[in-house]
Amino acid sequence: MSEGVYRHLRVIRYVAGSLRRRWRKNVVLVGVYGLVIFALASVVFLTQSLTHESVAALSAAPEIMVQWLSAGRHGLTPVQDVGALTRIAGVRAVVPRYWAYHTDEATGETLLLRVPEGRQLREDEATAGAEVLHRRGIAVGGSLHLRGYAGESLVLTISGVAEASTPLESAAAIHVSEGAFRALTGMPEGQATDLVLRVRNRRELSTIATKIGEGQPAARPIIRDELVRTYTSVFNWRSGVIIATLLVPVLAFILFAWDKAAGLSPDERREIGILKAIGWETSDVILLKSYEAFAVSVAAFLLGGALAVTSLALPQPPVVLPALLGWSTLYPPFRPGVAVGAYQVATLFFLVVFPYLVATVVPAWRAATTDPDLVMRA
Amino acid sequence: MQLNRSATFLVVVALLLAIGLLVGLDAARRRSGAEARFAANRALARWFEVTDLCLFTEARYTRHPSLADRHSPFQDYPLAMEHFPSGSLLLPPAHLAAANHPGVTPSPERDPR
Repeated sequence: MSEGVYRHLRVIRYVAGSLRRRWRKNVVLVGVYGLVIFALASVVFLTQSLTHESVAALSAAPEIMVQWLSAGRHGLTPVQDVGALTRIAGVRAVVPRYWAYHTDEATGETLLLRVPEGRQLREDEATAGAEVLHRRGIAVGGSLHLRGYAGESLVLTISGVAEASTPLESAAAIHVSEGAFRALTGMPEGQATDLVLRVRNRRELSTIATKIGEGQPAARPIIRDELVRTYTSVFNWRSGVIIATLLVPVLAFILFAWDKAAGLSPDERREIGILKAIGWETSDVILLKSYEAFAVSVAAFLLGGALAVTSLALPQPPVVLPALLGWSTLYPPFRPGVAVGAYQVATLFFLVVFPYLVATVVPAWRAATTDPDLVMRA
Repeated sequence: MQLNRSATFLVVVALLLAIGLLVGLDAARRRSGAEARFAANRALARWFEVTDLCLFTEARYTRHPSLADRHSPFQDYPLAMEHFPSGSLLLPPAHLAAANHPGVTPSPERDPR
């Protein structure tokens, strides 16, 4: 083994001893530092999970949807206008979709009513997401009571569990027949919620959207890729706002770390002085302090990160969830799946570990460059 | 004259206090001047029967939160996530939040929000 490696190993052995000698201080430091990292990591990880959730939900969405606007707001779509859209070059098929929101009388939560494509349900039949059924204690074969548009009570028999691609879908989606849908929403015959276009070539999407806008001024084409871009940037914006409010504790911690390190305790100063006196180079002392700071940072980082990931999986929702969800808290409570990528971990690591390293190594370097005699006497 | 440190500190504090006082006086003067503008705004609100202060101009549910409903934020596609920036600054008003639904006791397993 080369001399360089030996030097590092010896310094590391010394660091282990030094950390053990001041274990109380280090445990408190790792605890406080870990809490700061936990707060930041919760936001970063939860943002990633929600973005992942939205993008996953959209990946199953059609490439282009068309909604009708009337009186300046989202209106119902006349199904007879389908023909005009089918004639646009590149459009393979136009399918009307029936979906609407429904306020659950019992809980006040927003549920989704949808007529499933490719499956015919009987008028009195419904399927629902597993979580919808679980939270209401309804088994397959049981009945679901909903309030109709005119205020009448509608009883639907649950014939199965609807497939859900996301936790939100499982918590909020109810599939019903077209007849039951019209009774529940009051949507007149000949109208649909929106239209889905099947296109031959993805690269023609923007051209098709332009043509729709020209031919049907009341129509609003929505391209899926644009939605994905919007959602990604929105969640990043929201997490940015929360992180900005969290900056206060982070700055407080950096100040605390700086203060602790800048005012090296007399013991630590004496230690550095003795090390210098027995022949340690300034670079050795800096190496020692770097390893020390690195060990504390990594321990705190692992602690905070583990706490954040665990908190995502706990039954109680994380504190920052409502702020990230915004008005989506009107949906039934749902837990986004944990989706943490290497990019988020790396960002967080450099965001919190680097300032701490700088805040502790610089004062040590100052102490190490002064005369050992002076340092020891001070 | 050489000021010692405590005297410098006192001078700075006195200066800051004086600035604070001036800011307060200025605010009071502006406020008395603004009374006419407030009166005009009140008349305008009465004339148009305005419901809300317009704190945000983007999404209609944050522009007029008192007129918002439980469905308007999610109209883009089924189970859309609400996505306007103001949505995280102005959360749904209490009368829309599920637990406060009129005449309803929230089910026990509901998460407290």
